[in-house]
Amino acid sequence: MIGPAEQFAATLAPPVPRAQAAVHCRGVTKFFGADETKVTALAGVDVDIPYGELALLVGPSGCGKTTLISIVAGLLDATAGEVEVLGANLDTLRGSKLVRFRSANIGFVFQQYNLLPALTAEENVAVPLLVRGEPRAQAVRKGAEMLAEVGLGDRRKSRPSHLSGGQQQRVAIARALVGEPRLLVCDEPTAALDARSGQNVMQLIKRIAVKSDRAVIVVTHDSRVYAYGDRVISMSDGKIERVEQPLAATA
Amino acid sequence: MIWLAWKMLTGDRAKFLGIVFGVAFGSVLIAQQSSIFVGLMRRTSSQIIDITSADIWVMDKRQQNIDEIRPMPENRLYQVRGVDGVAWAVRLFKGNVRAKTSEGNFRQAIMVGIDDASLTGAPPLMTRGAVEDLRRPDGVIVDEDGYRVLFPNQPIELGRTLDMNDRRAIVVGTCKSTPPFQTFPIIYTRYSQAVHYIPRERNTLSFVLVKAQAGQSVAELCRRIAQQTNLLAMSWVDFLMFNIQYYLENTGIPINFGITVTLGFIVGGAIAGQTFYLFTLENLKHFGSLKAMGVDNWRLIGMVIFQALTVGLMGFGIGLGLAATFFEVTERSGQGDLRGMFIPWQIVAITATAVTFIVLAASLASLRKVLFLEPAAVFK
Ligand SMILES: Nc1ncnc2c1ncn2[C@@H]1O[C@H](COP(=O)(O)OP(=O)(O)O)[C@@H](O)[C@H]1O
Ligand SMILES: [Mg+2]
Repeated sequence: MIGPAEQFAATLAPPVPRAQAAVHCRGVTKFFGADETKVTALAGVDVDIPYGELALLVGPSGCGKTTLISIVAGLLDATAGEVEVLGANLDTLRGSKLVRFRSANIGFVFQQYNLLPALTAEENVAVPLLVRGEPRAQAVRKGAEMLAEVGLGDRRKSRPSHLSGGQQQRVAIARALVGEPRLLVCDEPTAALDARSGQNVMQLIKRIAVKSDRAVIVVTHDSRVYAYGDRVISMSDGKIERVEQPLAATA
Repeated sequence: MIWLAWKMLTGDRAKFLGIVFGVAFGSVLIAQQSSIFVGLMRRTSSQIIDITSADIWVMDKRQQNIDEIRPMPENRLYQVRGVDGVAWAVRLFKGNVRAKTSEGNFRQAIMVGIDDASLTGAPPLMTRGAVEDLRRPDGVIVDEDGYRVLFPNQPIELGRTLDMNDRRAIVVGTCKSTPPFQTFPIIYTRYSQAVHYIPRERNTLSFVLVKAQAGQSVAELCRRIAQQTNLLAMSWVDFLMFNIQYYLENTGIPINFGITVTLGFIVGGAIAGQTFYLFTLENLKHFGSLKAMGVDNWRLIGMVIFQALTVGLMGFGIGLGLAATFFEVTERSGQGDLRGMFIPWQIVAITATAVTFIVLAASLASLRKVLFLEPAAVFK
């Protein structure tokens, strides 16, 4: 549920023109389990997410946010509905094609950072490039450059265990962006952080992730960061409730 | 990706060493326990093992092993010599004697009486004196470990005397033999002399050792000897197996040791498998993020197998080294119970196979989790 008006003033957002939609969902449905244990995680989601914006996906726990971004990122199949991502119909991408599509186009940021503890910061950032098959030296060099962009140039040899939570999340953001993805998906990136680090992380995403040819989706239920969204998509019970634009962003 | 797999594996030194030593410990248990088992089984047949110059062993039909001898009449030797395809055939005496040392101690010993003329069946490795010295009157050769039993706390030197069946014997040589099952001294002497060192018996011929003529099939000759003499004739290998088989079937060794070896496998396997399995499980989250980032199942399998093989190889190497050191140390310490034990290459191979199997099974078990891991689980 979106916060009350005194925390967050917004107007309804205008529809996204078809040509500008990086993500286009129509009637997306997802069931888990069957029969008595059947859970309806998504009950017909229609949503468009444009390039060049930071879209926040908000709503109470269990309303289907993670399920929706998992489907959009090609990690999970929808039970029914149409999902078009970056111009590709995900239904037609299967197996290794889908794996390659993800590796080429999608960046991920997780709530728990998921950095490899054995790797240094710059090596962690280089992982998506290694996955794509880039030579290690080159990948690590690009990783170091990307780390400098998130303000951790001096920590490139540090192991995750020697970094604060906020720093680790910045490394994770560098890792998500190093491969120049056209879609960045972040699930609750600030949930494990204190308020101040959370703000820093959102500012960082806003500053370096948002680009005219990239769509950014951030799942959050932290109302303090709503103001960073160009578009706030509220979900409830597996459906989109409303899509708004914060006044500050439009002003 | 191999680099990544290596980093993941070795990133946490302590954990990495833990896994490697888990596997090493498993390998030690497997290699050491089965080596001792094989060593004990070899010991039951040590006198067979040490006599390699003959192709065929001929004995009484009722004989079931090498220890409980059913002596044959002397004329059996000539019957065997008369069989077509026999190049030569010689006597062998084997039996237990009571030896009285110069200190007056009585000791049970194994007596091997070899052919007077050819000295066939002589000890395989002399350490003092020569096999030929057996031709000297009253000459006997004693194995070194047996020497220490017969003459405790005395320097090894030739010329000491023993008394068997009230007849004097002079030690004219010492040798190394494959240790026998009952850790008795082994006393070698000529056949004609051996029969005087034991209480008088009607028959004394324990075995006839046969060499087949060149080009003669040993199996075929065994059949012919058995047919014509109504004796039991077996090739060296068959007799070895026959004897081991007897001990496997008629003693508690296989059960007891079978249990120990099985436990070695289970405990070793559990430790090796468990540590590696846990390692992969701990990394499940990371395998999940790699999956989300576009690493397909094949590459994940490759990574896990690489990790398994690395750990398996290192653990196996260390484990085998430790097991070998164990036998080396017990050998050097002169501790009789494990004398002559070593790790045969077959056990090296079996241990390697077992460890590979265990680690691969453990990694496949954990891989199952990785492979069926919904990539969406990364958001959990
Ligand atoms: N793998 C799953 N199996 C069964 N139910 C699931 C699974 N994943 C999510 N759900 C259910 O789907 C609903 C939506 O979950 P989720 O998308 O994780 O919500 P959110 O991220 O908004 O908290 C919840 O009721 C959850 O219990
Ligand atoms: Mg969620």
